[in-house]
Amino acid sequence: MVIMPLAAPASASPEIAARQRWMAILARASHAETLNHLADLPPLPAHTVLRGPEAGMVMVRGRAGGGGGPFNLGEMTVTRCTVRDADGRIGHATIAGREPRQCELAAQLDAILQDAAWHDRVESAVIAPLEAKQAATREETARKAAATRVQFFTLTSMRSSA
Amino acid sequence: MSIDLPGFADPVLGAQSGFRAILDAMSRPGTLHEAGVDLTPPAPLAPATAAALLTLIDAETILHVPNDCADARDWIAFHCGAVFAADIGAANFAVALSLPTLATLSDGSDDGPQDSATLILQVEGFGHGQTLTLSGPGLRVPGTLKVAGLPAGFAAAWAANHAKFPRGIDLILCAGTEIAALPRSVRITSAMKEA
Repeated sequence: MVIMPLAAPASASPEIAARQRWMAILARASHAETLNHLADLPPLPAHTVLRGPEAGMVMVRGRAGGGGGPFNLGEMTVTRCTVRDADGRIGHATIAGREPRQCELAAQLDAILQDAAWHDRVESAVIAPLEAKQAATREETARKAAATRVQFFTLTSMRSSA
Repeated sequence: MSIDLPGFADPVLGAQSGFRAILDAMSRPGTLHEAGVDLTPPAPLAPATAAALLTLIDAETILHVPNDCADARDWIAFHCGAVFAADIGAANFAVALSLPTLATLSDGSDDGPQDSATLILQVEGFGHGQTLTLSGPGLRVPGTLKVAGLPAGFAAAWAANHAKFPRGIDLILCAGTEIAALPRSVRITSAMKEA
């Protein structure tokens, strides 16, 4: 059983924070979407798979109210993969659900995003559009949810005045 | 970090054939079996040693890795998810390049002899060096095993280990892409140095 960290360490360096950002974006993207954005790029360099892609379970843990003791929320399926590119850069990916192809692609992109020669091209062709799309989807969901929000002001004031 | 080398190309089939090799080696003490032919482990591990580790070690076993194998520690942690023990006596499995004092490994208890440790010892080679004559369960007639890289006092150390039966450690010998095993039930009736 693998215990997931509750949060990223606060001491993370800017490089780690940048890598966490693109790893998170790739983990949320679908395989078709990612391939779509890759179409404009030259073929990706060859890579060696070091581990996986393999599906397994992780225990998701939480804290009540953010300050309570950690408890086990439940298990979830994840797929993980680690690859090495020709120059020895290691790329990791862990993705919710059973997504072996997307997981391997995400690990491969994680490796080449650490390569200065590829970083900017992949960033502008894949990561930035995916991030914009994910932000738009989140915004849309938040907007729809906000429309159904109930204000309990009236209820409260009625009760207090009664 | 030395995680930049792959493990088994197919983890399931690799572990199954590794397990079969170890099982055969344990049930016919002293016979040689092929393991880890396709592996490219980090130095100083031999392919057979790596195959034994990938097959037997997971997150639920406690492994002792001596300092002379420290370069391979990250690789073992990455592929096996192993829990490491600094103290060899606390480990279920120990990997070694030179024979540790066998009495320092856990030999289980009379109630649970299966709790004893298994030593995965990497030796220089088979087919030359000390000639061990073996007898015991799994051997209808005494068998011989030629091992290079075992210290001169090995037969005496093994006799002390065998005397503790049903307690005692089991030994897996690895060199190149071959493994042999000495379960605790086997006796070394004679050990001759190379002529």
